[in-house]
Amino acid sequence: MYDLPDATGHFGPYGGTFVAETLRAALDELTLAYSKCREDPEFQAELADEFAHYVGRPSPIYHAKRLSRELGGAQIYLKREDLNHTGAHKVNNTVGQALLAKRMGKPRVIAETGAGQHGVATATVAARYAMECVVYMGSEDIARQAQNVYRMKLLGATVVPVESGSKTLKDALNEAMRDWVTNVHNTFYIIGTVAGPHPYPMMVRDFNSIVGKECLEQMPAYAGRQPDAVLACVGGGSNAMGIFFDYIPHENVKLIGVEAAGLGLETGKHAASLSAGTPGVLHGNRTYLLQDANGQITETHSISAGLDYPGVGPEHAWLKDSGRAQYVSITDDEVLKAFHTLCRTEGIIPALESSHAVAHAMKIAPTMAKDKILLVNLSGRGDKDMHTVAQASGLTL
Amino acid sequence: MSRIAATFEKLRAQKRPALIPFVTAGDPAPEHMPAILKALVAGGADVIELGVPFSDPMADGPAIQRSSERALKHNVGLRDVLAMVAAFRKSNDATPCVLMGYANPIERMGLATFVTEARRAGVDGVLIVDYPPEESGPWLDALKGSGIDPIFLLSPTSTDASIDRVARVAGGYVYYVSLKGVTGATNIDTKDVEAMVRRIRVKTALPVGVGFGIRDAATAQRVAACADAVVIGSRIVQEIFEAPPVEIGARVEKLVREFRTALDAKVGVAA
Repeated sequence: MYDLPDATGHFGPYGGTFVAETLRAALDELTLAYSKCREDPEFQAELADEFAHYVGRPSPIYHAKRLSRELGGAQIYLKREDLNHTGAHKVNNTVGQALLAKRMGKPRVIAETGAGQHGVATATVAARYAMECVVYMGSEDIARQAQNVYRMKLLGATVVPVESGSKTLKDALNEAMRDWVTNVHNTFYIIGTVAGPHPYPMMVRDFNSIVGKECLEQMPAYAGRQPDAVLACVGGGSNAMGIFFDYIPHENVKLIGVEAAGLGLETGKHAASLSAGTPGVLHGNRTYLLQDANGQITETHSISAGLDYPGVGPEHAWLKDSGRAQYVSITDDEVLKAFHTLCRTEGIIPALESSHAVAHAMKIAPTMAKDKILLVNLSGRGDKDMHTVAQASGLTL
Repeated sequence: MSRIAATFEKLRAQKRPALIPFVTAGDPAPEHMPAILKALVAGGADVIELGVPFSDPMADGPAIQRSSERALKHNVGLRDVLAMVAAFRKSNDATPCVLMGYANPIERMGLATFVTEARRAGVDGVLIVDYPPEESGPWLDALKGSGIDPIFLLSPTSTDASIDRVARVAGGYVYYVSLKGVTGATNIDTKDVEAMVRRIRVKTALPVGVGFGIRDAATAQRVAACADAVVIGSRIVQEIFEAPPVEIGARVEKLVREFRTALDAKVGVAA
């Protein structure tokens, strides 16, 4: 039976608690509080109620018939996380962590954000539960994502620009950790992905695992059986862990994670930690990292800001090494092609992140028989990406 | 006896607290390091903590983060830091040198290779900020027989269980982080420090150094009343940043001497 992580937060050699002693007590407090809530029917019922009435769960599964027909191979099904409140899977996790913060009596929540999606999802729940909210965001990202910055402000959050390091997501995470270690008495740190020190990778996975749980029930009812493969994009890896987790014991269902190959793995301008990185320690856990010969973390590139992270959740590192999941990568060009194809064949505008998974499905579907089934996690909607896509097409909005 | 143990033994006999300045290796540029290390010793440093630059220094405040970034602009890697220690050892065989940094650059080199190279360079202790005792198994194994001390952190929020864990595996001295937060933050409460140091001493006979938030000689003096060593980090790093390049050595020496004088005045030792 798959029951990782172990009691100390390890997935085989990955994960763990690689933090300074200054964070130890905060993590112990969090681990204890979360383990209580995990077993508490009242907490789970409250979470289920929020999922149903605030997030809009369950999200449907949709058979992309026209796309499948055009490709002429396997049938493509989409798990519509893009239809959630706030437009992505991220809110599953922020609702869960905010409820936990409430239980722990912490009136202030903080978050890191890259593209701003997790920041918006955090600001959203902070408004919903009347919490003070501070979001750390690299100054480079603030310049690129003005709309999401404004969204967070509308929701009542304070957005703090981070000027250190590469001024992007990883630096925002460093800064949020620094805030947390200083203000832990009243502050809950809502991490946005399945990375960070234990218990975050487990906790964020658990809250997102509602996605895979629903699929397990929906697929037999809607498609007559479970899929042959489940595909999801992987940056930090939260939407992928969310849909993979309940499928791990179903060994005849392939799990395929799709990383951002950016301009191509050979160019070095990508964000494919599992495909092209090496194990190391960053942000409190051991995992695959993009790093140079001196062990410095390198800058990443992807057309989708949400995948632009030099590490990856430790559970993915374990799933890769153990062979249970397979990890591939898709370039920016392939992503754009998939984005436009889905828009035109199905009337669905996908997030550029999710378009990575769609692109890989489009790549393998034609090589498969027509009765095969691919289930793609459409983790978010693409409204936020209009500017980027227009720019890539040589247009200015 | 190791250089660290010998240093603390000598100081204990003289009833003087140790002064441990921290600088980031390669900040502001590698060519300044010989002068900076010399100035630290001339000013009265008993142990030198040398920061290994890292791209993501999660536990450090702005002053030390920026110093890491300045060093990284010159591509200062772990091997360069070891070369700086080796160069320092050519003229100084007495002052202990402790490397302080993050796990990833060391793991990238390989724990065993690093320990061999560090020993050869003349490193006396290593503090890996993001290796708490419970994640340090392979690291402690690699250090066995090397003579290099594993230094560990304790903080105001450390439980007795944490103190126990550190006491079981630590060598050299225990580094008590006197603040909740990151390096360079303000507001240190010396009463709290005293209480915590007392709790630590129940569990370990190792010397206890106190750092984080010690920005002036007066605070250093108060902290020294209960600690075996005082670590000064951000304040010196700030001085290096503000000094014109030609004055860095002199300014660092003067600043370290101010702390030294204050510490020695406390115990009535002539400076």
